[in-house]
Amino acid sequence: MVVTRRICLLVLLSLAAFAAGAQQRFITVASTTSTEQSGLFGYLLPIFENKTGIKVHVVALGTGQALDVARRGDADVVFVHARSAEEKFLAEGEGVKRFPVMYNDFVLVGPKSDPAKIGGGKDIVVALTKLETSRAPFVSRGDRSGTHLAELALWKTSGIDIDKSKGPWYRDVGQGMGPALNTAASMNAYILADRGTWLAFKNRGDLTILVEGDKRLFNQYGVMLVNPARHPNVKKDLGQQFIDWLISPDGQTAIAAYKIGGEQLFYPNAGEHDA
Amino acid sequence: MDMRAPMALLPLRLDRLVFAAGGRRIIDDLSLTIEAGSRTVIVGPNGAGKSVLLRLCHGLLPPTSGAVLWNAPEIPGAPRRQAMVFQRPVLLRRSALANVAHALGIAGVPRRNRSERALEALRSVGLEGYARHPARVLSGGEQQRLALARAWALQPEILFLDEPTASLDPGATREIETVILTMASAGTKIVLVTQNLGQARRLGDEILFLHQGRLAERARSELFFKRPQSIEARQFLEGVVPW
Amino acid sequence: MVASLDPRLGDIVALSLQVSLTAVAIAGVIGLPLGALIAVSRFPGRRTTIVVLNALMGLPPVVVGLMVYLLLSRAGPLGTLGLLFTPPAMVIAQSILITPIIAALTRQVVEDAWLEYREQLRSLGETRLGAVTTLLWDLRFSLVTIVLAGFGRAAAEVGAVIIVGGNIDGVTRVMTTAIALETSKGDLPLALGLGIILVTIVVALNAAAYAVKETAQRRYG
Repeated sequence: MVVTRRICLLVLLSLAAFAAGAQQRFITVASTTSTEQSGLFGYLLPIFENKTGIKVHVVALGTGQALDVARRGDADVVFVHARSAEEKFLAEGEGVKRFPVMYNDFVLVGPKSDPAKIGGGKDIVVALTKLETSRAPFVSRGDRSGTHLAELALWKTSGIDIDKSKGPWYRDVGQGMGPALNTAASMNAYILADRGTWLAFKNRGDLTILVEGDKRLFNQYGVMLVNPARHPNVKKDLGQQFIDWLISPDGQTAIAAYKIGGEQLFYPNAGEHDA
Repeated sequence: MDMRAPMALLPLRLDRLVFAAGGRRIIDDLSLTIEAGSRTVIVGPNGAGKSVLLRLCHGLLPPTSGAVLWNAPEIPGAPRRQAMVFQRPVLLRRSALANVAHALGIAGVPRRNRSERALEALRSVGLEGYARHPARVLSGGEQQRLALARAWALQPEILFLDEPTASLDPGATREIETVILTMASAGTKIVLVTQNLGQARRLGDEILFLHQGRLAERARSELFFKRPQSIEARQFLEGVVPW
Repeated sequence: MVASLDPRLGDIVALSLQVSLTAVAIAGVIGLPLGALIAVSRFPGRRTTIVVLNALMGLPPVVVGLMVYLLLSRAGPLGTLGLLFTPPAMVIAQSILITPIIAALTRQVVEDAWLEYREQLRSLGETRLGAVTTLLWDLRFSLVTIVLAGFGRAAAEVGAVIIVGGNIDGVTRVMTTAIALETSKGDLPLALGLGIILVTIVVALNAAAYAVKETAQRRYG
């Protein structure tokens, strides 16, 4: 009987602790794995929280998943990097307005041995064409993420119908950036990655950056408030405060200040209204 | 007649009782009446149906046909006025005192009275020194005495016992028999099944001799053992195997 | 993070224990009496119930996570509770996951014991519900093992808590989801360190309970 009473007490205390935690002001932001895994949020969010007292809960999924979570009304703000998907989101009436925030770039990473001989190139189309011709092993995220959509767009730009061309050389893993990089490292395959995740990634194996700098590799991030007219539970005031801060000079400076190994990852560009 | 006192359970009337299982009639059209007062001992060869008969009377088995008729019908949910002690005592993982208190709780005794009454019951069988002992670490004989104490505490009108000393040594057997005699003289009707003919002689006032599910003979104890009337009884007492 | 005893590590471990212990408490409160009741009762469809209960022990955590997600999402029937991506959601998912385990194993243990106790308890006039209470207490040592098995399952799973919790840093990140995250980030030494801590905790808990059980069993027989 004493045991039962102690268990009840434990359960009640836990629930009370949870409830108390829930009282605090917070917003739910659906974002991408690349933003989280690059460590940007770990750096940025405490600054915002200290300033406003608003806690930011980040649910890190792929872009497609993040937008779906928002469509279900389970997030207040979305912060992703796939403009076409974001525009579609707005067109559906699910978002209020899109603000560009920052960009980083993708890099084409591959084994140091570089069987397809693309290293040092500055042209992504040339590189992708060489990869497809040589059928060198290539890992794709395959998860409707911003990176995946960007990869598909680049194949298209290179004039390659990847659905037709894909064979055993094209490994569609359906996973986030980290796991996909793990797979590529273990297979010594080529892979398109965002620079942020790559710089933070520790299990590189034999992989290194082979192609970078092509303007077509730029990766634009946008932020949107989920439409409170559609989803009355959205914390529109708190969410708007977060968005406002991200595009404010303070927020933009903070973004630029985030570095890994002395290297800046993200370039703030909230001022470029058509980005 | 005192209108407040409940009607006595006994006499118990068994009316053309049948219990069949696995295609066999274990109790075969048995009719008899058990009166209060005398100590009734049931004997018979293996497979005669003695244990099954006890369980039918005590309500642990439903009859296939026929009826078990108490003088005062048992009210479901009300405290039981009959108790049973089995060949192997089933005790809970608690102290000896707590085991008896548990039974008192089921019988509706208020919590504040339980300890005292339980202790009294333990005293009556000489186990009060073991009150706080975990019941399951007691010896076989002590455990069976505890089972009797538990039954005693309930102050049943009738106590069924199914070969209670079959697994005990002679010393423990004597102790149990003493308790049974004490309970009987305090007014509890005893119905005992035993394979131990010496025990039957010592404890029984009347003998019910069961053979193949039927009552083959019923007599006062001295008469049964000196001059059995039926062939089956004679064969049984001489140790002749019936098949 | 492990070596420096980062306070975040402490938070993650504390949250893991909080979530799984709460879940096992809830699952125990429901599962122990439920399993015992099925063990001592006879009712139409009893055999089917037992088969289903045993099968539910193998519920995949991701499936439970998905179901609870659909229930708790704003777009779902319980959306107004706003529980998605919070620790209570994780507790709910894990409770659903381990209740069948506790109930099915309890049913087995109690049913085996019922064979021994049935006649005596019925002789004393104990009701079925009374028998449930009596047996649950009498079998408490075996039941501790069952509850620990449930806790182990809860503490080890990642599929349910990652879907309904969202692995939010500082809010719903537990040991298993942290290990998954660090592995995916390629920080294998850290993931391994966390894994060792998790296993150590579970083993320590089991060892402690075993010791308590052994001494108590020797005392009570």
